[in-house]
Amino acid sequence: MARYFGRKLLIYALTFFVAVTINWLIPRFMPGDPVRAMVARAGLQTPEGVAAMREYYSSLFGFDVPVWQQYLNFWGGILRGDLGVSLLAFPEPVTSLILGAVPLTLGLLIPAILLSWWAGNKFGAYAARKKVLDNAVLPVWYVLTATPYMWLAILMAWALGKVAGLFPVGRPYSASLVPEWSWLFITDLVSHWFLPFLSLFLVAFGGWAIGMRNMVIYELEADYAHYLSSLGAPPKLVRRYAFRNALLPQITGLALQLGVIVGGAVVTEIVFDYRGLGYLVLEAIKATDFFLLQGIFLFIVIGVLLANFVIDIVYVLVDPRTRAGMGGDR
Amino acid sequence: MRNRWRYLVLLLSVGLAAACTGVDGGEGGDGEGGGSYPRAQTLFTSGTQWGAPVNWNPIMNWTYATGTVGLVYETLFLHDPLTGEFEPWLAESGDWTNDNTYEVTLREELTWTDGEPITAEDVVFTVNLGEMKSVPYNELWKFLDSAEAVDERTARFTFSEPRYQQWANWVYFSPIVPKHLWEDRSEKDVTAGANENPVGSGPYKYEAHDQDRQVWVKNDDWWGKEALGLDVKPRYVVDLVNSSNEAALSQLLAGEIDLSNNFLPGIADLVKGGYKLHTYFSQAPYMLAANTTWMVPNTTRAPLNDPAFRRALANSVDVGKIVNSVYGQIVSPADPTGLLPIWDEYIDKAQVDRLGYSFDTNRAKSLLAQAGYRDTNGDGLVENKDGSPIELTLATPSGWTDWNESARVIAEGAKAAGINLTSETPADTVVQDIRESGDFDLILDNQRQMDNTPWRYLEYVFGLPIRESQTTVNYGRYENQQAWDLVNQLDATKIDDRAGMKAVISRLHRIQLTELPMIPLWYNGLWSQASNSVWTNWPADSGDAPRLVPTMWRGYLQRGAIKMLAELRPAEQQ
Repeated sequence: MARYFGRKLLIYALTFFVAVTINWLIPRFMPGDPVRAMVARAGLQTPEGVAAMREYYSSLFGFDVPVWQQYLNFWGGILRGDLGVSLLAFPEPVTSLILGAVPLTLGLLIPAILLSWWAGNKFGAYAARKKVLDNAVLPVWYVLTATPYMWLAILMAWALGKVAGLFPVGRPYSASLVPEWSWLFITDLVSHWFLPFLSLFLVAFGGWAIGMRNMVIYELEADYAHYLSSLGAPPKLVRRYAFRNALLPQITGLALQLGVIVGGAVVTEIVFDYRGLGYLVLEAIKATDFFLLQGIFLFIVIGVLLANFVIDIVYVLVDPRTRAGMGGDR
Repeated sequence: MRNRWRYLVLLLSVGLAAACTGVDGGEGGDGEGGGSYPRAQTLFTSGTQWGAPVNWNPIMNWTYATGTVGLVYETLFLHDPLTGEFEPWLAESGDWTNDNTYEVTLREELTWTDGEPITAEDVVFTVNLGEMKSVPYNELWKFLDSAEAVDERTARFTFSEPRYQQWANWVYFSPIVPKHLWEDRSEKDVTAGANENPVGSGPYKYEAHDQDRQVWVKNDDWWGKEALGLDVKPRYVVDLVNSSNEAALSQLLAGEIDLSNNFLPGIADLVKGGYKLHTYFSQAPYMLAANTTWMVPNTTRAPLNDPAFRRALANSVDVGKIVNSVYGQIVSPADPTGLLPIWDEYIDKAQVDRLGYSFDTNRAKSLLAQAGYRDTNGDGLVENKDGSPIELTLATPSGWTDWNESARVIAEGAKAAGINLTSETPADTVVQDIRESGDFDLILDNQRQMDNTPWRYLEYVFGLPIRESQTTVNYGRYENQQAWDLVNQLDATKIDDRAGMKAVISRLHRIQLTELPMIPLWYNGLWSQASNSVWTNWPADSGDAPRLVPTMWRGYLQRGAIKMLAELRPAEQQ
């Protein structure tokens, strides 16, 4: 067991190192000089003023040392939890920008992913043995899942938000409200949250349901299922075994979904003007904000690795074959 | 199943709400409206802030949270570009006591919002900050000798070389900061600090901010109520961070935004459509002209280093098409001098008639032929005089759709005249880079806003010396010492010497119109769309409406827009 996890951890550490390094490299290959852009915005005319400001910003952002040292400083910063200062929202530190955006993104995605996974699997398994459902309802989700998400989201914002006026579109809570613990504020928050949530939920739900349906049908046709029913086991029991087996790939899928949680929110947040991490990514790219981009990507990398790690553990718990494989020497 | 669902969603939502309020908690402040800003007492604005408000530093005049200067920090004077008048604000009076000395007297009993009195020491301190190299008005100290407080309310400035125009610009544009809170700050804090919890003197105070908004609350003790008889009407001013212009438009139509200073193409149709929308002019161009969009040729590169070629290019641009089809008539074509309509009196019309240019493809062709540019390889496009092909690009920042589209029109016009010009749309940071380093053929630029003096525009066109990096002026690197001397002569002309100013400006325009170092194309509008659903009496050019610049843009509150807030009236409730 320890060996299994030891090996896994080593792989994770290595992945983390490489991902973070690439993460550091990519923004630096982007065109445009962020310090120059910042100084330019200041509109200083005298060369002395420009030079003074360049020097100040360069040292503040650590651009005044050799590249290898910048790289080391970057790692030092990560270990200290200091991700630097944002260029875009100068002089706000990257960490506080990210912390401000994270609750919104997670609040949107975690319920959407978990609920759609849970409901989708239930529904898919159920549909697999109900001809009516299989023929009538599931095709709707084939269409939904195949629809480009961007388009679906815009359509929803337009139809439910603008035309029907059921839900507000844009920003996490109304501009006229003071954030506080009150019924007014909470209902407002929820009504702003609902549309983006629904759009994510619907699309993901269809995906899970379709996957589950196919898996269950496949499992029900497997030899062990036939053998079990020929032994006289009740259909309910057979289905339960089939469901458990069909669930395994879905768990992997869930892990991947949870990992890329942030990336998945970019389009949603832009369409619904919901200013979480995804929105921040776009802004950071537009403004060549190295530090903010690095910070967010770091967050994504950690998310993916953590999710994978959790799934490794869950696998051990739910799949006896993994447990067996771990025990024997290989 | 469905029912169970609903509860689950509700449960999770509440949990989420809890998480979010947990984070934002404590920021709410003492909003009196029981958790919300009462709609009838709140002014919602948008169109200035493109990222979360993160600093309230009046010295960082390119990035401070909307309203920092104007609502909180104030200037000695106000300058109204529509009337051309200076109006004493913090100052009671300001005069040149002799050619080299300027004295300013503050009003009586001014206080900062923390209760400390505002004195001449604060004014002197603020001017002294300019000695720091990275303060935007560092230039001041090249001709300013000393600044001293004569008494409690009077400050005296002695100039080694009086530049009346620039100084007049400073006294209305630059906010005064409290010495007692700023004197211990390092240069870094002064020019790059966030200055949280700003303490100013103006009609509003900081209330709250979030990723997507900045909230100001009325300062009931504002000095201007008595001294000026001005009472700002909105209790709260909420400035919303822009996401997109489209979003701003839909919120404006829904009456959720009262004043949108976003660029909203197509607004011309909506104004007439009964949406309770208001613009400064009720017909084209709807907006006041805020700045001039110039096409900047790189005058160090052939063939753009040839004035004759630049003139042919200027003649090839179909500005009318840009105004009508790209902008839907919310802009207007620029005068060949590029001076804004507010400076009309400074334009020597006869000279413009003689030397100006207008869209005329055939004229452009003949100018090219006269100057010796011929099509030697028969592709319909002219070649350089030495026979090498001409390949010019016009760079506009990607995503600036109106400029991208205008650039396409310009390129089309140039091609029709035989000039091989293509439009390019790199990222805006790249455009900024090449603009400064001079690594471009042609770009568009519109950085200079309406102001107290045409000197600001002429300095922008002719500014010397050429540096390795051109940060604010003369991006085309046009060198003409004679013109630059005239610009400085203009700077040293007293602001009430209109005849003297006109004479110098006319000479400068003669150079500008014959040499065409930059090609003015159209006047960008002071984008301003207001909704009459909650507030009325917005500035307009007709009726009893106030004649003021209707915008929250940085730098405009001290150009008179602050008075708009006192002129607003609550809409009658149906």
